Amino acid sequence: MNQAQRLPLPALRKQKRSKQALAEERWGYLFIAPWILGFIIFIVGPMLASLYFSFTQYSFPLTPRWIGLGNYIQAFSKDELFPTSLWNTVYYVGLSVPLGVLLSLALALLMDRNIPGRPIWRTIYYLPSIVPTVAAAFLFLYIFQPDYGLINGWLWRLFAIEGPGWFISRVWVKPTLILLSLWAAGGPTMIIILAGLQGIPGELYDAAEVDGADRWQKFLNITLPMLSPTLFFVSVTGLIGAFKIFSAAYVSTGGGPFYGSYFYVLHLFTQAFRHWNLGYASALAWILFVIILILTLVQFKLAGRWVYYESGMVDEPK
Amino acid sequence: MTTRSEAGTLQSKHERNARTRRQRVSGFNLLVSLLTVALAVLFVFPLYWAVASALKRPVELNIIPPLWFPPNPQWQNFIMINDTIPFYRFMWNTAVVTILTTIGGVLSASLVGYGFSHFRFRGRNVLFLIVLSTMMLPSEVTLIPTYLIFNQLGWIDSFKPLIVPAYLGGGAFSIFLFRQFFSSIPKELNDAAKIDGCNPLRFYLSILMPLSIPVTITLCILYFQYAWNDLMGPLLYLTSLEKYTVSVGLLFLRTQALSSISQRGAPTEHLLMAGSVLSMLPALILFFLLQRYFIRGVIMSGIKG
Repeated sequence: MNQAQRLPLPALRKQKRSKQALAEERWGYLFIAPWILGFIIFIVGPMLASLYFSFTQYSFPLTPRWIGLGNYIQAFSKDELFPTSLWNTVYYVGLSVPLGVLLSLALALLMDRNIPGRPIWRTIYYLPSIVPTVAAAFLFLYIFQPDYGLINGWLWRLFAIEGPGWFISRVWVKPTLILLSLWAAGGPTMIIILAGLQGIPGELYDAAEVDGADRWQKFLNITLPMLSPTLFFVSVTGLIGAFKIFSAAYVSTGGGPFYGSYFYVLHLFTQAFRHWNLGYASALAWILFVIILILTLVQFKLAGRWVYYESGMVDEPK
Repeated sequence: MTTRSEAGTLQSKHERNARTRRQRVSGFNLLVSLLTVALAVLFVFPLYWAVASALKRPVELNIIPPLWFPPNPQWQNFIMINDTIPFYRFMWNTAVVTILTTIGGVLSASLVGYGFSHFRFRGRNVLFLIVLSTMMLPSEVTLIPTYLIFNQLGWIDSFKPLIVPAYLGGGAFSIFLFRQFFSSIPKELNDAAKIDGCNPLRFYLSILMPLSIPVTITLCILYFQYAWNDLMGPLLYLTSLEKYTVSVGLLFLRTQALSSISQRGAPTEHLLMAGSVLSMLPALILFFLLQRYFIRGVIMSGIKG
């Protein structure tokens, strides 16, 4: 107490502040400690380990043997299933992401209107996403069954068209899985876009109406630009999620028919946990990571051209 | 103000235009409303079909033209499915894993989010950026070593690999949501608590969390759905039948249990659909009960940022 009285006032305040700051720091680190622990154990550690494994021949449970770029060379030259699985995934992503965003955008626009029973419709669109993937896949397998399923039944009775094999057709299996993803993911994406829509200030539309803009012009010049950050977010996360397609194919077709639905992660999973080629599978995982990283960076770079933020364009002209 | 006699033609032209405009507008609205209903039917119909099929007898399943209503609802299918495989056990297992995971995730993520939002410490912004970037990390890149870790620990064929990770941070997305929400709490609350001598933990328990019920409930729903529907985790880490969760159990039902029955030629979709319907129920019920909070929580958390 005496010591404090003898110190000049500014120095006293500085001492008190740093003690408070130090205590605050300690509490901060304490609260984020669970995440730091999880980050080291389940993210950093495994990432470094799998990078190391990717350069080894690792037939579990034997010990890993260093082979340098051997796995990567094998992937790009000797493994026939590598290009197949990659193509299947690219096909799937290339269709399901744009179609998914379009569908969810349409649903969100529909839900943005003041119609009776709006919560009911909104819930209905969201419901399929709650269904477990396994159950959804079985349901679709049943409905799209070529011989006695509903879809082919209607195609025949209403239009006299002989429906395709859907899940058991090498050509149609990917589109069928894309349909499944549209059904299951349309709802949550709709919710996100809807939130974005409802954040657009109404005055913009009023001003446009005064200027004589019609419905389509309002959509193109107000809705889309103001929605572009949300659409960007949805595209980036959608792309990353779609690249990891696994469960639906594993459950419904096991990768068939004739590797028609043999997606990249399915290939990875098979190599890792059926053939126990942990080294090769790790290389496959890192290749996937790099691909996703590059695609995401490309999207960010392109964002400067079409994503509009209130504060101005993302990329200033240099 | 035009009079009838002088500008009769002009007035009636106005009237005609107004009428056509109204017709055009309601024509568009009608089309859009039809679209709304049509899409809703498309979205909900498969769910209806699952329930209807679950209540049919095998002979009623695959006939042409299809039966829209099960003529004799076979509620016993929901019991029979448990005779084929221990399905109720699967549901119990899944409930245990899901509830423990949800508690861990919400607890962990809220504590971490609290740390990032209410405290200043060195490296805070960098660390939070790292949290965000892990949201984009494909889990495949950590899958194999994580499996090896659990193998070393002897945790294979137990629920621990599915539950424990949720307690260590709970997932970047949840941390992000909590942190965003906590940041929006006015600073005065914090200062007032500090003056009253409230320590950070008590502040978290008695003030912060009670204020965050919508976000917490939203995340509970999301965790619940994620954990309940998870396939990859149980597929990897559960090897004995009695420990299976619903997703692996359903898969097992189709690939092994039912294929031996259907060798006799009888359709088995009624059991598959019964299992599927049962597997959907908990998440559906939870969603319906807590819908209000869920939508509010999504909006409150400012997801579009």
